[in-house]
Amino acid sequence: MRAAESSPAGAPSPDGDLEARLTEVARGDQAAFAVVYDAVSGPVFGLVRSVLRDPAQSEEVTQEVLVELWRTAARFRPDRGSVMTWVLTLAHRRAVDRVRSAEASAAREHKAALLDQLPAYDEVTEQVETRLEQQRVRRCLRTLTGLQREAVALAYYRGLTYREVAQLLTVPLGTVKTRLRDGLIRLRDCLGVSA
Amino acid sequence: MSTADLHTCTGAYVLHALPAAERDRFEGHLADCEACAQEVKELAATAQRLGLAVAAPPPAELRARVLQQITTVRQEPPRLPARARVRAWTRSAPRLALAACLAAAVALGGVAVWQHQSAEDARDRARRVEQQAAELTAVLAAPDAKTVTGPVGGDSTGTVVVSEERNRAAFLASSLPDLPAGKTYQLWFDDKGTMRPAGLVAGGGRNEAVLMDGPVDGASGMGVTVEPEGGSPRPTTEPIGQMAFPT
Ligand SMILES: [Zn+2]
Repeated sequence: MRAAESSPAGAPSPDGDLEARLTEVARGDQAAFAVVYDAVSGPVFGLVRSVLRDPAQSEEVTQEVLVELWRTAARFRPDRGSVMTWVLTLAHRRAVDRVRSAEASAAREHKAALLDQLPAYDEVTEQVETRLEQQRVRRCLRTLTGLQREAVALAYYRGLTYREVAQLLTVPLGTVKTRLRDGLIRLRDCLGVSA
Repeated sequence: MSTADLHTCTGAYVLHALPAAERDRFEGHLADCEACAQEVKELAATAQRLGLAVAAPPPAELRARVLQQITTVRQEPPRLPARARVRAWTRSAPRLALAACLAAAVALGGVAVWQHQSAEDARDRARRVEQQAAELTAVLAAPDAKTVTGPVGGDSTGTVVVSEERNRAAFLASSLPDLPAGKTYQLWFDDKGTMRPAGLVAGGGRNEAVLMDGPVDGASGMGVTVEPEGGSPRPTTEPIGQMAFPT
């Protein structure tokens, strides 16, 4: 049961493939980079857009992330996680940096606006693979407590620091830190993530 | 913050939810805590699933743009195995100083960096930054240091400090204009008309002195150009500033 949850349907072990491609990218192979682009650009763009909301900025940041991937391909460490994990971590980091540098933007200051838009995947997607992944993740998110789920979603999809999450949800700092951790641990177990 | 508190930071860390100072402190801990390293790895893989769940195809024209851009971007070389030397240094360096160096050296910081570099790399980098800072101070303070100033770009002024004795030079610019994404300022030594790469100006060079890469070795002057991110082996644009070294 768990095994079925952990491998995205319709994509037989794409990670081993991606890793091989990335090794070629590290040697300057532009054709291999095009293959990697096709595999990761959707997840990168979707994630960045869910944090930034603005399509033009999201496109810009997506481009930065992919060029960074090209530039630093030789530095990838498979023992620290899969290619997709690394790329999405990079994408999240860039998106969060961008959203924090534009902190003044009025929308972010409105508590209601922030809470309203959670979780971020209410948009209809046509891709079967994404839809299945959405269902799995949504099902597992339901196994979290309300506080765990909100804290994780605000940090991940909106790019808030744990201090901002604490303020927004009016809970103590230490509690938020712990909920981010045990929320992710519960999600890990439900999704059957092994690393 | 106690060590017990640090162990609970894994979740906030992979979600990029730690403010910079706390993140740096946690990374210091992460280098030594096997349990946290394993947990960070697993929780990062978990967070990745939250990302996959919102995947959406980017605009089609982005593909051509990115594939075009990478043809002009130089790739970073693979990591260098410099373990033995680095270990010796780490042992003698006080822990706190190391943490401070890391905070300064790892500009981007965070879990993405952790994912592609080993603690040794970070320490090696920190060590190199420290050595460079010391060398920079030495050049600026050298008894034989000579200074020359000239225009760089439109309204900026560049200053070069050369120490013949140390065979090194430092460059300082006041308020170089911001560059568009994907561009960087690159420094060059002028070897009688042939430009030799002398490093990039990180962070747009905001009133910060940088040690020029490599020895002066009798160069007659220096130049500054605007290059694609990562720098070029030789100038691809006209210099925005050029200065002859004082003799
Ligand atoms: Zn720990």
